[in-house]
Amino acid sequence: MSIWEYANPVKFIRTTDKLMPWLSVAAIVCLVGGLIWGFFFTPDDYRQGSTVKIIYLHVPSALMAINAWLMMLLASLIWIVRRHHVSALAARAAAPVGATMTVIALATGAIWGQPMWGTWWAWDPRLTSFLILFLFYLGYMALWSAIENDDTAADLTSILCLVGSVFALLSRYAVNFWNQGLHQGASLSLDAEENVADVFWFPLLVCIAGFVLLFIALVFLRTQTEIRARRARALLARERST
Amino acid sequence: MIALLMRDLQLAVRAGGGFGLGLAFFLIVTVLVPFGVGPETGLLSRIAPGVLWIGALLACLLSLDRILALDWEDGSLDLLATAPLPMEGIVSVKALAHWITTGLPLVLAAPALGVLLSLPVEGYLWVVVSLAVGTPALSVIGTFGAALTVGLKRGGLLLSLLVLPLYVPTLIFGAEVARRGAEGLAVQTPLLMLAGISFGAVALLPFASAAVLRVNLR
Amino acid sequence: MMPDLGKYAGAVLSSYAVSIALIVILVASSVLRARKVRAELERIEERQRHGKR
Repeated sequence: MSIWEYANPVKFIRTTDKLMPWLSVAAIVCLVGGLIWGFFFTPDDYRQGSTVKIIYLHVPSALMAINAWLMMLLASLIWIVRRHHVSALAARAAAPVGATMTVIALATGAIWGQPMWGTWWAWDPRLTSFLILFLFYLGYMALWSAIENDDTAADLTSILCLVGSVFALLSRYAVNFWNQGLHQGASLSLDAEENVADVFWFPLLVCIAGFVLLFIALVFLRTQTEIRARRARALLARERST
Repeated sequence: MIALLMRDLQLAVRAGGGFGLGLAFFLIVTVLVPFGVGPETGLLSRIAPGVLWIGALLACLLSLDRILALDWEDGSLDLLATAPLPMEGIVSVKALAHWITTGLPLVLAAPALGVLLSLPVEGYLWVVVSLAVGTPALSVIGTFGAALTVGLKRGGLLLSLLVLPLYVPTLIFGAEVARRGAEGLAVQTPLLMLAGISFGAVALLPFASAAVLRVNLR
Repeated sequence: MMPDLGKYAGAVLSSYAVSIALIVILVASSVLRARKVRAELERIEERQRHGKR
């Protein structure tokens, strides 16, 4: 019994089918519970007023935007090294989810920034690197859908994911450097771990759990879809050739 | 390897090879900017380093799909793949040829275009230096993008979408060197970072490009 | 029931609306595509099983 058994598509579908109901229910409970807790039952922050409630969407989605890319990187590495198709398809399935999370993080950040910083957008290092991350997601998804041959697409996108990760990291540092070059010591970001009190912290944890579970459930579902779609294409191709 | 380099250079210089096209594009972008932002000398001289960098980057991007697409179409890429030369060598030579035909002319043309944008006197040296250090990275990264999209019918737009995010760090540090140089500030840190990115890209990316090209030739 | 959001009500509500809408779109598109592909695969498998007999 090893984890590589799940590289078998049939086994993967069977196992995830069993897990899916539990995962979805848990995700819904955590998300709805956490958001209701955060929205209705937390006090306003003395400085930020009620906008502090946006944190329950902003922080988890930002977290998942980065984690989704890390998961894609891991899945791409597994595909390159061990050539398990499920792994490549899981990376493909995660990309749109990660891109949506990036959009949520950017949108909620902009809406929060408008009353707090007085501007929708600032070329702050974090904001800028998230925008760049979004561009990477776009390129990755575009490359997947542009190539017809499945294995070629999987190979090319996984190499793009590796190279892109290096450059995304480089951009992160470059952007940090660049902004400090413009305004000295302008730190606009809100650092969750350090200045969030317990009242805000516990519902936030629930929301983070909800986003993680939602991400896993969606990736499972979308991976299943990709597996079925590929099988359908293979069957059709065989049908045409006979 | 030298024979391949000479061949690529000759093909590029010959009519229809696209040599000079990038240069013309660079010129046009630089001429268009004052039309867009207005002719005030003060504003132009402040944004000149950044405009020159973006113009160079776009001119570079324009010529990327020529690196491999022509050889792919007439099948010479398949021949090259069976040659004793390793694929890493082929893509390196291709990138070098692209740099000589596109990057180098851009570096040399930048001071002349700087005059159009009333670039401050101190800026000329650093614009040229930063472009000279940064454009090799643009060529190598571009070759990677070209290798990714070589098999596609209409890869041009996709190529830009893939390559432009990869250009971000190079652009940031390159433009920063040029800007600081133009304002008379110390340029050492961004220059070292830019050189680091260039050397790193030249050293490592050919392996990725070669891997991608092998997949595409399969 | 509704907490007092003060002067930032617009910001808070719109960010919740945008995020929830995006999540719902993502989930719905995933589920719909999953159903479609699953049905299509079953149809093809069914047809091939019949075709062979």
